Order: sequence, then structure tokens, then C-alpha cells
Amino acid sequence: MDELKQVFLQESNEQLDALEALLLELEARPDDETTLNGIFRAAHTIKGAAGMVECAAVESFAHVVENVLDRLRNHEIAVSTELAALMLACTDQLRVLVADEAGVADVAAEEIQARTAALLARLGEYGPAAVGGQVSASPKASEPGVQRIPARHAGHTCWHISVRFGPDVLRQGMDPENFLRFLETVGNIRHIETLADGMPAAEAMDPELCYLGFEIALESAADKQAIEDVFAFVRDECRLAILPPDSKVGDYLKLIDSLPEDSLRLGEILVRVGALTADELAEGLRAQATPASADSAPEGTPIGEILVARQVVQPEIVAAAVAKQTQVSEKKAHDAKLIRVPADKLDHLINLVGELVIAGAATSLLAHTRRDGELIESSSLLTRLVEEIRDASLQLRTVQIGETFNRFQRLVRDACKDLGKDVELVISGGETELDKSIVEKIGDPLMHLVRNSLDHGIEAPAVREAAGKSPRGTLSLNAYHDAGNIVIEVADDGAGLNRERILAKAVERGLVEPDVHLSDREVYDLIFAPGLSTAEQVTNLSGRGVGMDVVRRNLQALRGTINVDSHPGQGTRLTLRLPLTLAIIDGFLVVSANRSYVIPLDAVVECIERPVTEHDRNYFNLRGQVLPAVCLRESFKLPGERPARESVVVVQYAGQRAGIVVDRLAGELQAVIKPLGAIFRHLQGIGGSTILGSGEVALILDISALIKISGQAEQRLLARPEQRNA
Amino acid sequence: MSTLPTAAGTPATPGAKAQVVEASPAQYLTFQLGGEMFAVGILNIKEIIEYGTVTEIPMVPPFIRGVINLRGAVVPVIDLASRFGGKRSEISRRTCIVIIELSENDERQDVGVVVDAVSEVLEIPASEIEPPPSFGARIRADFIRGMGKVNGRFVIILEVAKVLSVDEIASLSQLATESVADSQAGAVAQD
Repeated sequence: MDELKQVFLQESNEQLDALEALLLELEARPDDETTLNGIFRAAHTIKGAAGMVECAAVESFAHVVENVLDRLRNHEIAVSTELAALMLACTDQLRVLVADEAGVADVAAEEIQARTAALLARLGEYGPAAVGGQVSASPKASEPGVQRIPARHAGHTCWHISVRFGPDVLRQGMDPENFLRFLETVGNIRHIETLADGMPAAEAMDPELCYLGFEIALESAADKQAIEDVFAFVRDECRLAILPPDSKVGDYLKLIDSLPEDSLRLGEILVRVGALTADELAEGLRAQATPASADSAPEGTPIGEILVARQVVQPEIVAAAVAKQTQVSEKKAHDAKLIRVPADKLDHLINLVGELVIAGAATSLLAHTRRDGELIESSSLLTRLVEEIRDASLQLRTVQIGETFNRFQRLVRDACKDLGKDVELVISGGETELDKSIVEKIGDPLMHLVRNSLDHGIEAPAVREAAGKSPRGTLSLNAYHDAGNIVIEVADDGAGLNRERILAKAVERGLVEPDVHLSDREVYDLIFAPGLSTAEQVTNLSGRGVGMDVVRRNLQALRGTINVDSHPGQGTRLTLRLPLTLAIIDGFLVVSANRSYVIPLDAVVECIERPVTEHDRNYFNLRGQVLPAVCLRESFKLPGERPARESVVVVQYAGQRAGIVVDRLAGELQAVIKPLGAIFRHLQGIGGSTILGSGEVALILDISALIKISGQAEQRLLARPEQRNA
Repeated sequence: MSTLPTAAGTPATPGAKAQVVEASPAQYLTFQLGGEMFAVGILNIKEIIEYGTVTEIPMVPPFIRGVINLRGAVVPVIDLASRFGGKRSEISRRTCIVIIELSENDERQDVGVVVDAVSEVLEIPASEIEPPPSFGARIRADFIRGMGKVNGRFVIILEVAKVLSVDEIASLSQLATESVADSQAGAVAQD
């Protein structure tokens, strides 16, 4: 695939994502102009990009879609559920077409063509030909509450015509000039403004294409239909807007909004719209240039204000024009703020920063051993800067999880239609940031969970009503940070897990012994066992019993965990915990038996000295509360005697507190995480390693696993009393 | 290849060439371990370093000595003597770590092995390599690629992919983790 195609594939997919999100939004709020414009823009961009890479299939299909959208935007047709569904189907088809162009489609070519044809037929129902009669609906006489622009001069009772000729007009043998001459037969052209903004640079210009548009003030007694008929031959090829004399303010505002030209100067816009004449503009400009003159407007007063102050134009019109200008400049600024960078360059940068952190630590250690005051000072400045660089470069790779969450809107919508359920997706914490490499890998597991909730969790509306719940189910996705981890929750207010059914299935599959007693948590954990599905029917969404075990495996590969919490009749909550980043963390260095260990600083709450009186117990009295503790010497079977004085690092994890007993504390450090490699993949309690300033390798403790294995070891022991007595 | 003794004027046939490649002597690094001489194909070896600070890893089988910092990369170190079922090597002045590059399942991984002393690099022609004995070598038969004859003595040529199989070591350490957790429970009971 050549470079251009690759960019096209990538950009089109981004635009298609945006298009899909906007369409879903439109379905919820059908009369939101901004959304509608956004949809149109996305479709238009895709069409343009397809034209650039000469991908005719995408371009022609997008063109038809765009036509329908254009009519939607001009309020010629109304938003309906069917139309929204059709548009979503078209989005999917565009995706397939784009993939096909790039040679990565998973659908056969004939199938693609068949689908395109079917969609085109359906789109045709909404096409211009079918509803042509409605185009010329003339404006209603007067609506209460909407003010008309009063005629300022006698000569201002003009129609305003805004026309943009399509690029193929000349090729079809039509000359724009002819239409203008023809226009003179129905009235008198008072003023005409030629727009050549669409004209590209000379070398890029195709002399066979038409790039022109006109803004015309026409004095005429003819009705709107007659004026429109002038353009009948090019109606499908051009964008035409006709405003009657004495138009409502709102109509002018809309026209300004719909003008395709970017960054037009405010005055020019107003002239072109015909809301004021060139003379009035010139006068306004003079006033702006010479503030000391008659009206003594303060220097730098925006032209709009001057014009308003001189009562040349209505404030509403200026406001709309200003809004458009601001939008244009904001959009430009936003575009300029984004840089596309290949991910491997960022990875390389982060690796280098990692090395920098280690080298910096070595230098600072050296400075301290030399006891050189100046060197210590300069190295501490260096350390601070390195820390900032580290944070900034890690930030480069973080993305908000909201984008991933939003993808599920479509899934939920489609699944609801398929299953006959009514489910609202509530998203919170979308601004929570985490490493891109994790975000990429979390999408699939999340999709499994969302599907499961929709399929098995939330009941059909009738069942819900019978149970005294609102017929509309709620599925919520939430994300937040907790102790150096990101937590993602998938919760529904459905029926909850069926303990009996899970147990029966598990016994049937031979996963557990029939008469064994299990706690709720243990039963719920069975849903992660391979091959266990409690669905009575296999649907195309889920129920095949692969899924939950895959979810757990994927999460474990990311050093994450998943927990289930379920209440019959009230719903199920799945909690996913993932590390925030895979690269560098703030750590707390502790030493036991001369070996260095790093505890993630986010997990550390406080440090206390181990009370002498409680030397032989693995729990302490922390200000009146019981604090269970893990002794590193015991857990890791470290050699040597325990020192007389030991320290306890109090850590917090998932709302649970525990103490970690170590020989001594050695302060904070930045730990560049070095994976331990495949050999140690089953190792529990150790999350990775890091290299200290001295060159020594220190192990990073995985607090949750450490606490868990200590707990498990104790439980296993308590379950076997004979060993205990031995 | 230019030194091949081919019949004058007649170019070597492809068949003959292949034969020659097979017979061409390969280079092996020989080292001492528990009084025995071993050899490893030199293409797998990245470097040889002095035995330095090794960070121990808890809850792993004894043949994993720990990890070292190899210029910024963390590399696991295996005690070969212990891996063969014997005692751990005693660390002496001549103890070395041989860094071997493995590629298993398309992933590259460096592993260090502890040896008592590195001897020399030898060329052992394929004709001088005998198949491994079915028993009697005191190490697992699948660890041996062959027995090389050097100056009338046998050296054991190791099958590195088997000896340092990442998958096998990983599952062994999983077992070790579980048994440690169990014995730890025993320790708790004694308290």
C-alpha cells in the first residue's frame, strides 16, 4: 500500500468514527444544527479524500450520501429513525469500501457491490428528485417574535441570491454567464459579487472546472419560483440560496452560517450577503482606520462594533458573522495544535528518557558520595528537570479513555434493536487518561463485557416492568484513577448473576464437585472459567462461552485484574484494574536483608516503625484499627536475622490497607520499569524490575498480588487442619 | 569456499557444495562446569562477562540465580550446574556469565548462564561429533546435541534451545511459586 493510500485509510477511518458518533448524537437530538453540520463536514471530507486518491467507489457513494445530508441540512427532509439507521448503514458501507480500497476488506467484492446497490436504492428515496416539489416552499408571511430587517433605503427591497456553481458545470456545457444574463430577464441585477475563493493556485487549476460563485442583489417583481427556475438546469450541480426582500434576520444569519468560504473578512461577508453596501463598509473601514475622526471610535475597535454603532447593520448579523469568523480561526488553531507522530518514535523517546533517568540517578549518587556541594546543587536541578521531561514525555503517550467508551454507543444502539431491549449507555470519567498501548488492548475485553451485559444482564422491557424496574435499562461505563492504577467499571442494573445456574453449569462441565460449598465470590469467579456460559440460547452477541476467559487472559497480559460484584435483581458490576503506564513510575525504595525493593509510591500511605511489643504478629494496631501485614523477609524467604528495629510501609490498594514489613526505608526514586521477561511471567508479587543509580537491579513489588498470595497461603493452610497440627 | 579442493577445471556441483558446507567445521565455545567440559555453538553467544552483582528473585527454583543489569537491560541468570540437577556452582575468581541469545516463539531473549570457567573457542568438524549416549552422561538426554571429540576427549555439546527453554523454565518457576506459597503457609502456622 503506498503512503498516500495509507494516510487515506487512516484519515477516512477517523472521519467515519466521527461521522458515526455524530449520527448517534443526531438521533438523540434531531434538530441540532451543529451536529448536522458536523455530519456533513465529515462526509464531505471523506468524499474529498477519496477523490484525492482516485478511489471512485468511495467517492461516488459518499457523493450520494452527501446529497441526502445536504437536503437534511437545508431542512428539505426531516431526521427520522429510519433515515438515521440508513445513514449508519451507509457509514458501515463506506468503511467497507475504504477497507476494500486499501485491500484489507473482509467482504467479497460482489457482496460489497450488492450492498452498495441496495443502499443507493434506499438513498434514492431521500434524493432530490423524489421530493423536488418541496424545495421552493416560500417563507411564511411573518412569524411572531422574529423581527424583520427594516428597509433602510428605498433601493434595498432586493432579493438576495447566493449561488455556488459546481465544478462540473462547464463540462456539462453550461456557462455561468448565461444564467446571469437569463437572470436579467426576470429582474434587474443591482449588485453582483464574484467569489473566486474556491480557485486553486494556477498550477493546480483545471481549466475545465468551474470554481466560481456569485452573490447577487436582484431587484425583481417575480416570485421565488420564477427566480429559482432560472437556475433549473444546474439545480443539481450548484448550491443555491434565495432570500426574499425584507428577509428575517434569522435568514441572513443562516446564510452566513452556510457559506462555505473560510476566514472571509467580516465586512466582506456582510457586503456579500447584501445586508449592507460596499459604501457602508468603506465608511466603516475609514472609521476604524482613523479613530480620531468624527465618531472617535477607540483604536482597534472591531469593524463589527463600528458598523453597529453607526447603525449600519443589525447587531444580530454582526454577531453571527463574528461567530463564524471565530469558528473558522478556532478550527484552524485546533488543526495546527495536532501533530501526527508515529508511535515508535514516541516509544524510542520514552526509552531514552528512561536511560536519562537512570544516568541522572547515578550522577546524583556520585555527587552525594563526593560530598561536593556545588555538584549536588547542580545535579539536583538536573534531577528536577529530568523529572519534568519524564512526566511530559509520558504524557505524550497518554490518551483519554472517552474515545474508547464512545465507540460503544453504536454497539449498544444496534444490540438494543436486535434484542428488543431499551438500554441507556451512561458514560462517566471519559477524561481519565492512560497509556495508549493499554487503551489499544483494552477495547476488545471491554466489548465482550458490554455485550455480555446487554445480552445476559439487562432484561427485556416487559420483564423489567414486571420486576418493578424502569423498562429502560442502564449500562454505565466509568473510569477513574486509584493508587497508581486505572479502574474501569462496567455496570448494569439488570438481573444480576444467577448463582444457582452458574453452579449447575459448572458442575455439569466438571469444573467443581457437586457437593462443595462455595462463597458467592467464588461462584461468580467461575464465569471466567473457559467454556462456561449461562445463556440458555446462543445469540450472535454472546453465549458461546468463549469471552470471559479471554477477557481475563487479556487483562492478565496487561498486568490487570477483573472482579465481579453482583446482586440478584439489582445488577452486576465488573471492575477492571490496570496499571497506568508501562514505562516509568514514582517509587519508594525499601531494603530488606540488603536487597532493594521498590513499592509504587501511589500505593504508599504512610510509614511507621514496627511496634516492638507486636514483634511476632502479622497484624498491628494502627491508631485503633487492625492492620494486616506482610513481612518481606518471610514472604521472600530472605536469609539472615530480623533486625531489632523494623519499619512498616502502610499501603492502600482497592480500598484495602495493609502493612509491608521491611528492614529499612531508603526514600523515593523514579523507577524505569524493566520487564523481567517471559521466564518470570508466572511470578507473583513482583511487578517488574528497575535499575538503581548504583547499577544494582531492584525488584518492583506488585502490592495487590503480594497481599493476595499472602492471604491465599494462609487460607490454604487453614483449609488443611492436619498440616496445622503437624 | 574459495579454498575448496575441487577437481581442477571442473566446477563443484551443487550436491558437492552442500556436502562441503555440512562438513565444514563449526566453532564452539568450551567451558568448565563441575569438572566436566561442555561446548555451546558460538553463533548463539553474545558476550562473556565477569560474575558480578546478581539480584536474587524470590519464589523461583534454585537454578534461577536472579537477574543482572547488562548495560540497561535486565537479564535473567541461570545456574547451569543446578539446572542439570546438581548443586549450585561455587562462585570463584574464574566464574563467568555467558550471555546467550535465544529466539523462541519469534521473541528474542537474552539469558545469562553461570559457568565455572571459560576455556577456548574450538573448531569441531561435524565428522568428529558423535550422537549422545542414551544414558550415562548424568544430564537429560534432550539437553545434549552431540558429543564432540577434542584431543581424544569428549565434550558435551549442549542443545541450548532445550537447556534454556523459556517455556519450561517459566512453568518450573510457576510450580516453585506455588510450593513457596504453601511452605510459607506452614511458616505462618508455626508462629
